Amino acid sequence: MSGEQAAVRKRSLLKSIGLGFAVLLGLVIYAYGFNVTKVNFEATRSEVRLTQLTRILRALAHPAILEYEKEELDVEAPFYLPCPDGGVPETPPDTSGPYLVATPPCGDAKQIIQIEGYNFWPNTKGPINFIPPSGAKLTIGNLATDANGYFSAKVELPKRQPVEEAQTIRATARRNVGLPRFSDTALTTWDKIIETVFLALLATTFGTATAIPVSFIAARNLMSTVRKPLTSVALSTLGWLLGIALGVPAAQWINQVGESLYEQERHLTTLAGVIVGPLAAWALARWALPQEELKRPTLVQRSGRAVALVVAAVCAIISLRLVSNLAIAAGASLVENLGSLAFLGSFVAQLGDSVRMITPLVVVMVCGGALSGASGGLGEYVANQMPAGAAKSVNLIVAAVTGAALLAAIGAGINWFYQIDDPMLVRWTPALVGAVLGFIIALRASPRQALPIGAVAYTIARTILNAVRSIEPLVMVIVFVVWVGIGPFAGSLALALHTVAALAKLYSEQVESILPGPLEAVQATGANRLQTIVYAVIPQIVPPYISFTMYRWDINVRMSTIIGFAGGGGIGFLLQQNINLLDYRGASVQMLAIAIVVATMDYVSSAIRKRYV
Amino acid sequence: MLEITNLSKVYEGNVLALDRVSFKAKQGEFMAVIGLSGSGKSTLLRCINRLVEPTDGQIVWNGVDITDASQDEMRRIRRKIGMVFQHFNLVSRSRVLTNVLSGRLGYVNPVMSLANRFPKEDVEMAMRQMARVGITDQAFKRADELSGGQQQRVGIARAMMQEPEMILADEPVASLDPVLAHSIMQYLEKINKEDGVTIICSLHFLDLVHRYADRAIALNEGKLMFDGTPAEIDDEKFKEIYGKEAERVG
Ligand SMILES: Nc1ncnc2c1ncn2[C@@H]1O[C@H](COP(=O)(O)OP(=O)(O)O)[C@@H](O)[C@H]1O
Ligand SMILES: [Mg+2]
Repeated sequence: MSGEQAAVRKRSLLKSIGLGFAVLLGLVIYAYGFNVTKVNFEATRSEVRLTQLTRILRALAHPAILEYEKEELDVEAPFYLPCPDGGVPETPPDTSGPYLVATPPCGDAKQIIQIEGYNFWPNTKGPINFIPPSGAKLTIGNLATDANGYFSAKVELPKRQPVEEAQTIRATARRNVGLPRFSDTALTTWDKIIETVFLALLATTFGTATAIPVSFIAARNLMSTVRKPLTSVALSTLGWLLGIALGVPAAQWINQVGESLYEQERHLTTLAGVIVGPLAAWALARWALPQEELKRPTLVQRSGRAVALVVAAVCAIISLRLVSNLAIAAGASLVENLGSLAFLGSFVAQLGDSVRMITPLVVVMVCGGALSGASGGLGEYVANQMPAGAAKSVNLIVAAVTGAALLAAIGAGINWFYQIDDPMLVRWTPALVGAVLGFIIALRASPRQALPIGAVAYTIARTILNAVRSIEPLVMVIVFVVWVGIGPFAGSLALALHTVAALAKLYSEQVESILPGPLEAVQATGANRLQTIVYAVIPQIVPPYISFTMYRWDINVRMSTIIGFAGGGGIGFLLQQNINLLDYRGASVQMLAIAIVVATMDYVSSAIRKRYV
Repeated sequence: MLEITNLSKVYEGNVLALDRVSFKAKQGEFMAVIGLSGSGKSTLLRCINRLVEPTDGQIVWNGVDITDASQDEMRRIRRKIGMVFQHFNLVSRSRVLTNVLSGRLGYVNPVMSLANRFPKEDVEMAMRQMARVGITDQAFKRADELSGGQQQRVGIARAMMQEPEMILADEPVASLDPVLAHSIMQYLEKINKEDGVTIICSLHFLDLVHRYADRAIALNEGKLMFDGTPAEIDDEKFKEIYGKEAERVG
């Protein structure tokens, strides 16, 4: 009993000491935090800073949205600085109109004198200037007239070289005429806020479109069931590498065909190609992709279909390239003929240009994908149908070759970054290591054993997404500015890239939380993987996807308002400029615009979310 | 003819769900699988169409070794095996018609099906199958707007779209009330008798087994305890299957 009590007491003592240490540690952490963030409350009370703060806050409270046409009234009076020896000549002012009286009418530098004005416009303001013979304007004070058009101001005379003849004091009253109109700041802000919204729109659209397929690869529940025997994995990896190697010249060839047709302005041939190509591709694909047969098709049938599909793909890609030519040409002529709607023409041309840019990528991906699919199938055949011994030896060779090729390719990538340029180091050594690794894996895995290749792809996808996501768009835009120049295009690319990473992660988490039952049911009907995704996964994820897309759209609008700080275009550019120029009234307009847009988007997106979820 | 030999399944974490189970089922037979929950009924059914990968043993169906089939072959085999689930497993946000048509996915042109385009004959067939289970007027509703009994009929129609030679039914009536249970069982019976489809159906209630099944097998902790006609399940067998404390109710 007492032993137990002692133990309890000991434990509570330990606990108190632990708590004490925790509190102490907390204190130290915050003390250090104050130190490194240079917390200094004295600065917040300093008078200079407070006046500055007041000035800026007042400026911010007066956004320069509206301005008036101004009318000025200049009234002058002679003034002697210093007082002349013979006294000041009497020149009574003309009191029928507005006039100035300086008391005394002469003085020395730094002397305070009084200036009164009569018959001015009532309730106006303006500067009081001292004008020496050189004509330079020295502002010495301000005037503010009362309801009778009278003012009186005490001003200090400037320090000037003494001059004998009379100099001039000029009071300028200003008043607004006519109706207010939008200031230039307001107009440019409007331009830029439109740019900002569209920047966010494009980034969200392209980011979402890319994030959706990526999110399936980054979903554990879909990928963990993807298992392939080693031969198949190795061969399809080889297929990718080979396909990319073949795809690059193929892409160049197709590009050349397209360029030469464009250069020779053979638009009719192009048009014919655009019409015939897709039709041919469609017909071939229809023939090559029939309804599923009851029996497995023969090898001859399947090779015939493969050839037809290849031809169909070539037709489709060439017509894609021709479409881009046509769009560029049509866009250019639209720009010339549409007048104020020229932007539609340049949109068409830009779309065409983007298709032209994407086509080589599509070619390489199609080549890689097709070869990888075919060789993967071959690998599965080897693994499942060949006698175990033969399969094993094929496996060893294929795995070694793949390992070598893969690591050599990675070596080439590293070399591109670091320019080592030593083939021994960046090609042969990695190839050797890869071959040995592949050989070891093939030795250890039995040829028919299905490897969790899906889980590997999942891990890689997640890692890349997490890495990309952790780089803020504000940082990414720096790289894009180098690539495409300062402006909204760089901003939208940076935002789009970040959107892909962030959304793919959120989306894939939604895929992971779908009900497994319907997925199982659709799989059980004999549906393939893609069909399973379309029929069992997508219907389940539509509401969260919409919700996350709206959420991201919100974030992108916010981000796009400041991406200009780093050269990414949009309103941030203007805001930063005005802050640097100390034009706080201008900056205030942009802040107001940002607030309005963000609040509106907030409202719209939550309304849409409510509607569809 | 379905022939299962020494089928074992060990789940992750060393859970032995099936322990060297062997039995045969003739084409056109209505076979019930009984046993307590956790005895391995679902695992057995899922091994047959390889939703669950068996650890060991062999499943041969019409001369084809299912355990040995590649992924591609497995899809061809699966489309001839319909499956009906306890929780229906419909895609709840899709329309009933889409759910029924999805039973056809193994047959149709894969590219067209991705755009939700099915041949006219398939849509007509879907209408026929829905008429057969009496849900034609629900065709364009969302699946989750239907009652439990209706949802299970959608599940049956979906399985029938596969023109199956065998249907695996995993406690198809366990989440329905008794009246509905009988109507669902009657549909399965009709499919069995009229279309000659082999039915392997796990069931909870012995009275349903007596009423509908030609044959029954029983599992207890993954072991096959019984293989015979329902009539042969006497009190002693019953205690063996369900444990000593079990009381016979049905
Ligand atoms: N995915 C799984 N992972 C691990 N254990 C499982 C899994 N599915 C089922 N089990 C276990 O396998 C045993 C048999 O389960 P199950 O086949 O669902 O039985 P029944 O359908 O008869 O209720 C149970 O002990 C269960 O806990
Ligand atoms: Mg079960």
